[in-house]
Amino acid sequence: MKSMTEIRWHGRGGQGAKTACLLLADAAFASGKYVQGFPEYGPERMGAPITAYNRISDVPCTVHSNIYEPDFVVVVDESLLSSVDVTAGLNPEGAIVINSPRDGEALRPLLRGYTGRVYTIDARRISEEHLGGYFPNTPMLSAIVQVSRVLDPGRFIADMEASFRHKFATKPQVIQGNMNCLIQSMKEVHGA
Amino acid sequence: MSFRERLSGNEAIAYAMRQINPDVFAAFPITPSTEIPQYFAQYVANGQVDTEYVTVESEHSSMSTCVGAAAAGARAVTATSSCGLAFMYEMLYVAASARLPITLACVNRTLTGPININNDHSDSMGARDTGWIQIYAENNQEAYDNYLQAMRISETPDVRLPIMICQDGFITSHAVENILLEEDSAVKRFVGEWNPEHALIGRDHPLAVGPYDTCPYCMEHKVQQAEAMKNAKRAILDVAADFEQTFGRKYGLFESYRMEDAEVALVLIGSTAGTAKACIEKLRAEGVKAGLIKIRVFRPFPMEEIAQALSHVQAVAVMDKSEGNSACGGPLFAEVRSACYDLETRPKMINVVYGLAGRDCAVEDVEKVYRHLLHILETGETGPRYLHMGQRSSEQEVL
Repeated sequence: MKSMTEIRWHGRGGQGAKTACLLLADAAFASGKYVQGFPEYGPERMGAPITAYNRISDVPCTVHSNIYEPDFVVVVDESLLSSVDVTAGLNPEGAIVINSPRDGEALRPLLRGYTGRVYTIDARRISEEHLGGYFPNTPMLSAIVQVSRVLDPGRFIADMEASFRHKFATKPQVIQGNMNCLIQSMKEVHGA
Repeated sequence: MSFRERLSGNEAIAYAMRQINPDVFAAFPITPSTEIPQYFAQYVANGQVDTEYVTVESEHSSMSTCVGAAAAGARAVTATSSCGLAFMYEMLYVAASARLPITLACVNRTLTGPININNDHSDSMGARDTGWIQIYAENNQEAYDNYLQAMRISETPDVRLPIMICQDGFITSHAVENILLEEDSAVKRFVGEWNPEHALIGRDHPLAVGPYDTCPYCMEHKVQQAEAMKNAKRAILDVAADFEQTFGRKYGLFESYRMEDAEVALVLIGSTAGTAKACIEKLRAEGVKAGLIKIRVFRPFPMEEIAQALSHVQAVAVMDKSEGNSACGGPLFAEVRSACYDLETRPKMINVVYGLAGRDCAVEDVEKVYRHLLHILETGETGPRYLHMGQRSSEQEVL
């Protein structure tokens, strides 16, 4: 296994793809890794396609460029599949994780010939159930950890609880919902 | 003891500012430096610093505030980017010629136009002749470390010049990465207190700052200022030596990476250095003797040292992340080529302007430049000296 994992996030402005990317960097940092988490900025506005990147490694990484050949891709908004080439450069040995109520095989025709594994998760239903609103980034974060195994899933859950306790110190009522979201998403993400 | 953290470049600068607790922060937001005054405002609101936080209506005023505060004897800081720096232009000269040790965190962003928020070095390169010391960072760690060293360099008695601590907008300012931080008490001890001998506040030594300077004196003052910039080189190295002894991380005027036997080398500034290092490792594995000079200090420019470092290299590409609009290359190229003029045997040298307005530069792009240098070695022909890389125009894309 190569020492560095590269992940590319595709989302729409306002969905929290950047936040999820930074949370993944946080969790990887907590487990002792070297991390990079950074967004690519365009004309920022709600709903516009945005990209964010993670490099996670056991050794320091000095490269400061965008990621063109990711090991994994996360698609936070299914509607991007028709407008953005989300599988560009994606490692066929890796995987793509898409926020969708449908199965991966149903979406494969939209993936421009990608031959690797396709996973889906219904982040809308899960977040509405546990958080009372559409916040897809928490389910997607958990799903990519489960699929990529870039972090130990058990350790990730424990670190995230500590992270949420810190982040939501002033509104502890949302911690349990977010934790449920993470755990449920790990169970539900599926594909091949 | 150093401790492990993960911060963006902007967070790292704000963190250093909190540790130093300057007297005055003149704040005006502009992307991508905005987070620095934003984070610092939280420190002010939380009572973690007792800095006078002055919110102004423009960058011209933020630099004016710094000039007034520094003349009064205060440690004054600010942060800006791009057009914000350009709007300070007049006051940058005032700060430097009045010999006021002000610290400016410059988060490099391209200058308009067309309007664009992304990184290149055109903002600080435009200010290279203003009389400010300029130090550049490859990553968040260097941005933090350079900031901790800034005030001691700037406040050195035979220097007394303002200082710009630069980092690449978004590429490092908004990228969360691992970093080693130092304890507050150790930082405070290292940076020390600022007690100028002369300041506007204080009755014992009445003083005027910035009056009209008549012809019989003005040139003398300008030459003194130029001498101060020469002295800054030694001050930068002295502070770096103490920093290494205190915190264990080594800095110089520039970093030489795999230069000991290099036949082809790049000279560049900022975050692309890290990408180039990864490329060098790849090329070295194939037997290519590739090296890198990463400029840390651009003002004062380390002319003799750069010439020495390049004296044994056969072909060099100077990579400018700003367009000089000189019709003959970027500002770094002009300096480096000039530095090599006195060498007995000079390397062949080309200029590659890249990364304008956020155009990404990946390992493969850097590799193209090294391959071009190898081609120059093979053919013995330098070819065109002034090239651009990465733009889509097929007519002009030479690399």
